[in-house]
Amino acid sequence: MRAPPTRPAGTPGGREPEEAEAGTLPLGFEALDRFMPMHVIVAADGLIRRVGPTWLRLRPRGELIGRAFLEVFELRRPTGIQNVTELPNRDGGRFSTAFRKGARGSFKGLAVHLGPEAGLLANLSFGISVLEAVETYDLSAKDFAETDLAVEMLYLVEAKSAAMAESKKLNQRLRSAKVAAEEQAFTDTLTGLKNRRAMNHVLMQLRSARIPFGLLHVDLDYFKQVNDTYGHAAGDEVLQSVARVLVSETRREDTVARAGGDEFVLILRDLADVSQLHEIAHRIISSLERPIPYNGKMCRISASVGLTTSEIRPGASIDQLLEDVDGALYASKRAGRGRCTVVELDRLRE
Amino acid sequence: MHGLVNRSIQCFVQDTYGIETWHSIATSIGVGPEGFESLLVYDDGLSDAFMAAVVRQLNKPKDMLLEDVGTYLVSNPNKESIRRLMRFGGDTFVDFLHSLEDLPDRARLAVCDLELPTLALLDDGTGTYTLHVSGRNAKVAYVLLGILRAMADDYGALVLLELRECCTGDIAIDIGLLDTAFAEGRSFSLSPRRLEVQG
Repeated sequence: MRAPPTRPAGTPGGREPEEAEAGTLPLGFEALDRFMPMHVIVAADGLIRRVGPTWLRLRPRGELIGRAFLEVFELRRPTGIQNVTELPNRDGGRFSTAFRKGARGSFKGLAVHLGPEAGLLANLSFGISVLEAVETYDLSAKDFAETDLAVEMLYLVEAKSAAMAESKKLNQRLRSAKVAAEEQAFTDTLTGLKNRRAMNHVLMQLRSARIPFGLLHVDLDYFKQVNDTYGHAAGDEVLQSVARVLVSETRREDTVARAGGDEFVLILRDLADVSQLHEIAHRIISSLERPIPYNGKMCRISASVGLTTSEIRPGASIDQLLEDVDGALYASKRAGRGRCTVVELDRLRE
Repeated sequence: MHGLVNRSIQCFVQDTYGIETWHSIATSIGVGPEGFESLLVYDDGLSDAFMAAVVRQLNKPKDMLLEDVGTYLVSNPNKESIRRLMRFGGDTFVDFLHSLEDLPDRARLAVCDLELPTLALLDDGTGTYTLHVSGRNAKVAYVLLGILRAMADDYGALVLLELRECCTGDIAIDIGLLDTAFAEGRSFSLSPRRLEVQG
């Protein structure tokens, strides 16, 4: 067959004799089938004369050969073409199309004239719809030209999907691990103090080792006003400042925990002397009453404290101890705030 | 060592010898029961300790163990994706052999930080091929030996495989192709969804 080159023969400067002399390339249909397994040759009358072998994997021969190209294929671009032989003249011969019937698929292609009044040669490809086509028609590597990167692309898609699936699983596991770690965490993230879980843990340890301890339950006074007046950022600043005070007023072996919102629990190891604990509580209250600067404003708070020791009710459970000290704290609140109340057995017996 | 390697060995142990065996290996090297992540990279010391623990626990020479891992990777139903990626190498076992030279690049397309040894295939024209494995991680050749064995089955080819360790540390695998259509082989479709239909 004789096909005109797609660009003018001969390059400026270096003349290439063969190309310049002939301007055509003798190429057998068998070779054409292998080079372009998805070619279509359309005669001047617009009927499909010949198709590459891959087309026969898509449609029976009878639905292609001898049919009008525009009956089999619907042109998507360029539009408004009445006679298929005009195709090479528009848009440099580039076109996109789909089957009119059955699984439509989509193709992109390039059409060139085969000579004056001689019809056209079009080479088509699945483009990005190759994934779908391979599935629909169960295509194999043989159905693609040797130089076609379709199989490499399918390989890449599959390899990347496998890697992505692994990545998703890893993310899922990391998320579960994070949740588990948070559940097991012993630190309050805002203040850096121990959290309620750690507090329970320490109390349990001290109890089972029969180590005496003092317990201070500190609840901030007027904290809500700070939050309402200056905002949550100010509130957070105050909580952090409170944490610093509590840590500085206790020893390394003591435990300072944020038990919730503006509640703190101090566990003072080997210190069950009520008068000493009382003194510490008062020192803490007066430290906390020092105004805390925030953005040029002064935040004023105080604290109500409940006090108990492991010795006041030796047999009591930890929950009971916490309940006792909570009661003492509310006694401080009721009595006018900014003070410390010691759990009294007499009162407990009432 | 890339987590993918450790993870593969872990899956091999779990699927072949049972979860208890894996747990006892994991405990012996201080790794949690969930084991290795295929997308992370692990310290070589830990990877070596892991391999040593597997050898000890299974009481099998390391080379043989690596070969078993290779066979497992392409023949175990849990690892179907690896078999499929291998089959993209070509329509016939010979095509597949020639595609092995591209394997390190192909693997890197999927997992960019996976370092495989250099592979070179020599074809003597009489049905005998030699696969040269060189560079860092040349020991991967033992895994490849298992992969080749399983892939020959997959294509239905009858092959004789022999591995030689060269003094340079490189490894050569001699592949004698006796019959390319010895058995039916397993079907392969480019589309992963097609495969389910065909079974």
